[in-house]
Amino acid sequence: MPSAARLTKVGADRNLHSFRQIFNHFAKPEQRELGMEITGAEIVVKCLQAEGVEYVFGYPGGAVLFIYDELFKQDKIKHVLVRHEQGAAHAADGYSRSSQKTGVCLVTSGPGVTNAVTGIATAYMDSIPMVVLTGQVPTPAIGQDAFQEVDAVGITRPCVKHNFLVKDVKDLAPTIKKAFFLARSGRPGPVLVDIPKDVTTAKCEFLYPDVVPMRSYNPVTKGHPGQVKKAAQLLMEAQRPMIYAGGGVVLADAAAGLVRLAKLVGFPVTNTLMGLGAYPGTDAQFLGMLGMHGTYEANMAMQHCDVLLAVGARFDDRVIGNPAHFGSVPRKIIHVDIDPSSISKRVKVDVPIVGNVADVLDELIRQLEPLVSRIDQKALKSWWAQIELWKARDCLRYDRASPIIKPQFVIEKLYEVTKGDAFVTSDVGQHQMWAAQFYKFAKPRRWINSGGLGTMGFGLPAAMGVQLANPGATVVCVTGEASFMMCTQELSTCRQYRLPIKIVNLNNRYMGMVRQWQQFFHGNRYSESYMDALPDFVKLAEAYGHIGMRIEKPAEVEPALREAFKRTDDLVLLDFLTDQTENVYPMVPGGKGMSEMILAEEL
Amino acid sequence: MRHIVSILLENESGALSRVSGLFSARGYNIESLTVAPTEDASLSRMTIVTTGSDDVIEQITKQLNKLVDVVKVVDLSEAPHIERELMLIKVRATGKDREEMKRMADIFRGRIIDVTESTYTIELTGSGDKLDAFIEALDRAAILETVRTGASGIARGERVLKV
Ligand SMILES: Cc1ncc(C[n+]2csc(CCOP(=O)(O)OP(=O)(O)O)c2C)c(N)n1
Repeated sequence: MPSAARLTKVGADRNLHSFRQIFNHFAKPEQRELGMEITGAEIVVKCLQAEGVEYVFGYPGGAVLFIYDELFKQDKIKHVLVRHEQGAAHAADGYSRSSQKTGVCLVTSGPGVTNAVTGIATAYMDSIPMVVLTGQVPTPAIGQDAFQEVDAVGITRPCVKHNFLVKDVKDLAPTIKKAFFLARSGRPGPVLVDIPKDVTTAKCEFLYPDVVPMRSYNPVTKGHPGQVKKAAQLLMEAQRPMIYAGGGVVLADAAAGLVRLAKLVGFPVTNTLMGLGAYPGTDAQFLGMLGMHGTYEANMAMQHCDVLLAVGARFDDRVIGNPAHFGSVPRKIIHVDIDPSSISKRVKVDVPIVGNVADVLDELIRQLEPLVSRIDQKALKSWWAQIELWKARDCLRYDRASPIIKPQFVIEKLYEVTKGDAFVTSDVGQHQMWAAQFYKFAKPRRWINSGGLGTMGFGLPAAMGVQLANPGATVVCVTGEASFMMCTQELSTCRQYRLPIKIVNLNNRYMGMVRQWQQFFHGNRYSESYMDALPDFVKLAEAYGHIGMRIEKPAEVEPALREAFKRTDDLVLLDFLTDQTENVYPMVPGGKGMSEMILAEEL
Repeated sequence: MRHIVSILLENESGALSRVSGLFSARGYNIESLTVAPTEDASLSRMTIVTTGSDDVIEQITKQLNKLVDVVKVVDLSEAPHIERELMLIKVRATGKDREEMKRMADIFRGRIIDVTESTYTIELTGSGDKLDAFIEALDRAAILETVRTGASGIARGERVLKV
């Protein structure tokens, strides 16, 4: 298949007729329909087919009816009908996160778009590739306050990587091509294409280009070799080195490179909440997650290291806390990231390397290999000895003898029963932090959570996308009763598509994370954080045609999990009644330094 | 510190709001902003005058570069450059002030481009400081209306901002 660039060149110096012949001759059948005019709606579907899209997560409405009509007439793309557009966006997002593919969602104009915005912003904050197609009122009606009109491009501009309003059917195919290209290249992100209804009925020839040249968009890949060399030298001079890896490693599929690098040098590694799974959670060099609820050893090592290698991470406020406190300890920082604007944003760095994390890690390994004999092994040994002392604090300790179910215990058992091999999605709150702390992810793309935006309601719809991207895999949604009720309606979608997700509801009858902050920082005044009048979750699951189980005693936890995971074809909701007073430790209070942790024994 | 940033961007609908939205969302200042298509109608050239510490200006340039519609960004203040702004100013010009007004316009190399029995409209270009100085030199009561374009800028010498 020749590239479109070449074709365009050929086309440019011949007449259009011969260009057509050439294109028709070379192009895959799904990429061309020259000499024949088809509607915009057909073009949308053909573009998605040409992209190899398996699933579209969506919800119909007036502005997208012609597109839905075309979806109806074909069977290559399967449409997944959610119960709320937020669910469509989260499902497409979960599909992307758990695979190397780009999730697609399709919603109607007006309320369809506004409902999807939370999901789009969630994907944006975590740099998740996603293409969002939105219906729009017909072009002549735009700006007339037409029925179900919103300025979709305007509303979503600050929470997408890029967006387009297609005003001419001829621009439709190239725009969709651009959308997919933008979504997954460079620093990935959601891209929205707003399509007015009259554009879906207008006709033109169809040609899906292989590439669309964009002079204004040239993401870098390779890092600057001179900078990589400097980084290698700095690492070899370290007395107390540390590797801090974030979601960028997962997104760049660079986990293998990270492991090779860490093994080559023997340095300690920590992962951010978004990076979990980038480095195997059970490896001896792994210090656990860092940050606001990171382990004591990871936070202390981060604070006290003298050379820090930051890879695909962005020093955000939930990770380093107060940047001034972090900066009060002298250390050299090497920062590898695809996005130059992430570098030196919150923390000044010494060796910035802009590039694709996977490529840069390969180059760094290549340059380090001949140098590793220079590592000061004595210093490294005493650094590890210090880290072992920190580890000995056993900061994740909890009361295992408790007669009430401890949420940490549920996650530990979940890890055991699923042999650490499940895809785990989560909502937002304490349960999210316990899942991150206690489920030891061995592989990337297994831990699916909303780290940047912190969106309650994410877990269940994201799990749907994960299950569809990974048929046959074990998919668990760890949630809290408050979060779960933000997208409960998707239980109906799970029923329709027979998605055998296991829902682990850590039910503490509180918005636990809010309650914890109120306990620590607001004098135990639990303002509006108690969840009164909760539904019976077992009956709720049953009402949607699923299985529900209530677990009230620690001894029942493991048998219940085993029973649930035996049911590989069913969705099972496990409602664990957990300790209402349990808190997440360690905790770095907002605005504090990362070594200023509150530990369990201190309260 | 005051900086003058030049941006070459795709002449697409919405490109301007991407830039202005970036400034408001991230809390950067805009002192002035001018934009118009270039000799290549597919491109617009924008000049933004902003203020901020070196760190902030670094973030501004990086964030601008990240916008998909932005082709190139240059901080003109980093090297010798020329800045010009256009002002149209309508002044009262009656009696003995009429002659005085004409004299002031001449001193500042302004041009009178519209005349009525009681007013002049003067066109003046120059740096922002020069335009400020002209306003200062006039009797406030004589000023009926002013309109300023904000600064446009270009590098001195052979440096060019082009695709
Ligand atoms: C959409 C949304 N609204 C509000 C919040 C603020 N918030 C963060 S955690 C939390 C409580 C979550 O409670 P629950 O889901 O029961 O989980 P728990 O903390 O008890 O494990 C709230 C309200 C949020 N993150 N997202």
